[in-house]
Amino acid sequence: MEKPNGGEAYWRATLGLLTTVLVLWFIVSYGFGILLRPILDGIHLGGYPLGFWFAQQGSIYAFLALIFWYAARMNKIDREHDVHED
Amino acid sequence: MDLKLLTYIIVGLSFVLYIGVAIWARAASTGEFYVAGGGVHPVVNGMATAADWMSAASFISMAGLIAFLGYGGSVYLMGWTGGYVLLAVLLAPYLRKFGKFTVPEFIGDRYYSRTARIVAVVCLIFISFTYVAGQMRGVGIVFSRFLEVDITTGLITGMGLVFFYAVLGGMKGITYTQVAQYVVLIFAYTIPAVFIALQITGNPLPQLGLGGTVESGEPFLHKLDTVVQELGFAAYTSSSMSTINIFAITFALMAGTAGLPHVIVRFFTVPKVKDARSSAGWALVFIAILYTTAPAVGAMARYNVHATVNSAVTASGGDLFATDSALLYEARPEWMRRWEQTGLLKFEDKNGDGRIQYYNDKNTSAGFTARAEAAGWKGNELTVDNDIMVLANPEVAGLPNWVIALVAAGGIAAALSTAAGLLLVISAAISHDLLKGVFMPHISEKSELLAGRLAAAVAVMIAGYLGYNPPGFVAQVVAFAFGLACASLFPTILLGIFSKTMNKEGAISGMLVGLGFTFGYILYFKGIFITPMAENIPANWLFGISPEGIGMVGAILNVVVALVVSKLTAPCPDHIQHMVEDIRTPRGSGLAHSH
Repeated sequence: MEKPNGGEAYWRATLGLLTTVLVLWFIVSYGFGILLRPILDGIHLGGYPLGFWFAQQGSIYAFLALIFWYAARMNKIDREHDVHED
Repeated sequence: MDLKLLTYIIVGLSFVLYIGVAIWARAASTGEFYVAGGGVHPVVNGMATAADWMSAASFISMAGLIAFLGYGGSVYLMGWTGGYVLLAVLLAPYLRKFGKFTVPEFIGDRYYSRTARIVAVVCLIFISFTYVAGQMRGVGIVFSRFLEVDITTGLITGMGLVFFYAVLGGMKGITYTQVAQYVVLIFAYTIPAVFIALQITGNPLPQLGLGGTVESGEPFLHKLDTVVQELGFAAYTSSSMSTINIFAITFALMAGTAGLPHVIVRFFTVPKVKDARSSAGWALVFIAILYTTAPAVGAMARYNVHATVNSAVTASGGDLFATDSALLYEARPEWMRRWEQTGLLKFEDKNGDGRIQYYNDKNTSAGFTARAEAAGWKGNELTVDNDIMVLANPEVAGLPNWVIALVAAGGIAAALSTAAGLLLVISAAISHDLLKGVFMPHISEKSELLAGRLAAAVAVMIAGYLGYNPPGFVAQVVAFAFGLACASLFPTILLGIFSKTMNKEGAISGMLVGLGFTFGYILYFKGIFITPMAENIPANWLFGISPEGIGMVGAILNVVVALVVSKLTAPCPDHIQHMVEDIRTPRGSGLAHSH
C-alpha cells in the first residue's frame, strides 16, 4: 500500500488539531504565566495571585488536559480516515 | 529506634525491592534490552518515564531553587512539564511509528546519512553524561548525610546497584525497577509536604495549602511576601528576572525536555502509536503529582526557615527587628546542628550578639539599611544551601524519624532511576549506533547485546568517576544539557517529521550551527575549561537572554539554517519522502525492530 487511505486530508486534520493544542499550550504558560502575569496578579484565586497560580499550578493542569484531549481527538481522527491500528 | 538505624532499614528494603524486580524482569534479547520488547502498558510506561525523568535535581534541588527564586522558580515548573505537550503532539507518536531502537538511528535513517547519525550520537553522549554525573553526586550526598558513610562508599554502593540492574536488566529491567522507584520517591516527597501544609495552613493538600491561609487568617503567600520583603528580599510572588529571559529559559527547558534522548526512547517501548500519545499524558500525570507539590514545599520551607530563626514571623504583631526575636545560636534546633556538620548550612556571628540574624544584606535601599543598622545588624549571618531544603524539610517541621528515612530512600530512588535510564541510552548509542550502525554492521545479536552490556558497565564507571571528582563545572553544564538538546536534537527530529523535503545537508548544517552557537555562547559566559570571556551579567547577554535560555536562539538558528541550506542543495530522495509519509500514519506500526 503506497498511499494509506488517510493521505492529505488526514494530515491536514492532524495539523489542525496540533495547532490548536500548541496555541492553548502557549496561552496558558507563556501567556497567562509569563507575559500577562503582572496584569493577572491583580486577580486572586483563593490566596493565589492568578498569574502566579498559572505559572506554578494552572499551566501544569492545563498541559495534562491538553495531552489527554489531543490523544482522544487523534484516536477519533485516525478512525475517521481509516488509518487506525487494529 | 534511632534515625540512622531506621534509615539503613528503609533504604536497605528499597534496594532489596529494586534488585528483586530487576531479577524478575531481566532482558534476554536486544529488543528487550533496548526497548523492553516494545510491550509495556502505557500507564506503566508513564510511571517509568516519570521516574526516569525526575532526577536528583527534581527531587532534591528544585523545591530549594523555588524557595529562593519565588516566582522565578516557575521556569522549572513550566519548563519541565510543558515539554511533555511537545513530546505528545510533535514527536512521540511519529518516532514510535518509525519503530527503531534509538534516537540517532532515526536521525541517521531519516537523513540517509551516517554523518548525521554520528553527530546525533555525539550530542546524545554529551547530554547524557552531564546528567548522569549529577545523579551520582546526588546519591553521594544522600548517603553521606543520612547513612553517615563517606561519599566514596555511597558512590560505590550506588554504582554497584545501577550496574546490577541496568546491565543485566536492560530497558526491561529498568522499566519495572523505575515503577518501584517512582512509588518510593512519590511517597517520600508528598508525605512530608502533606504534614507541613497541614501544620502551616491547616489544609492537607499542598496544592491548596499554598493558596490557603495561616493561623491569623492572612493568605499564606501574602504573609510570606510581607516577611521576606521586610527582611530586604524580593517579594516571593514577583520576579527579579526579565520577562524575555524567563520566556527563553522556559522554552529551552521545554524543548530540551522533548529532545532528551533518555526521555524520547521511553516512547519506543509501548505497543502502539496511540499508546505513545496517551503514555506522554500518563507520564505527566505522575510527574505533575510531584511538580504541583514542589511549589508548596519550596514556599513553606522558606517560611519555616524564617520562622525558625525569627520568632516574630509567627507571633502576632511581632517585630522582626527586635533583638530577642532573633534565635539564640545556642538554642538552635537539632536539625540545624546536623546540617552544620555537612557544611551546607553555615552561621557566622558578625555582630557578636550570639543570635542569628537572617536577612538580605545586599539590599541597599536607604530605608532598609537604616532599619538594619538601628537594630545592630552587621550583615547576614546564616547561609542555607538550596539543596538541603527538601532533605531537611521533615526535620525542620519536626516530623517523625521514619519520614526522614523515607525521604532519604526517595532521594536515592530519584537519582538511581534517572542514572539507569541515562546509562542505557549511552550504551545503546555505542553498541547499536556506533558498533552495529557504523563500524561493524554484521555483528550478531548476541555480540551486540554483550557490547551493550559492556558499554553500560564502562559508562557506570565513568559516571562514578565524574560523581566522585565532579569537574568544577557539573552545576554549570546543566545549562549545556538542556540547551544542546533544545538546539540540536529537538529541531532536527521535528523537521524530519514535519518537512518531507528536508535533506541531509540541511539537517546536518542545522544541527552543527545550533550546537556550535549554543555551545559557544555558554562557553563565552560560563567558561568551562577556559576563563569566561565576559562577565555573566544581563548587560552583556544577547537580547538579555542568559546562557540557561540561549538554547531557544540556538533552536531558531538551527531551523533557519536547515531550511535555507535544504533549498540550495539536492532535494531529498523519493524513498525518504515516502518513509516520512509512512511515519505520519499510525496503521502498520509493528514492534520496534532493528532493521
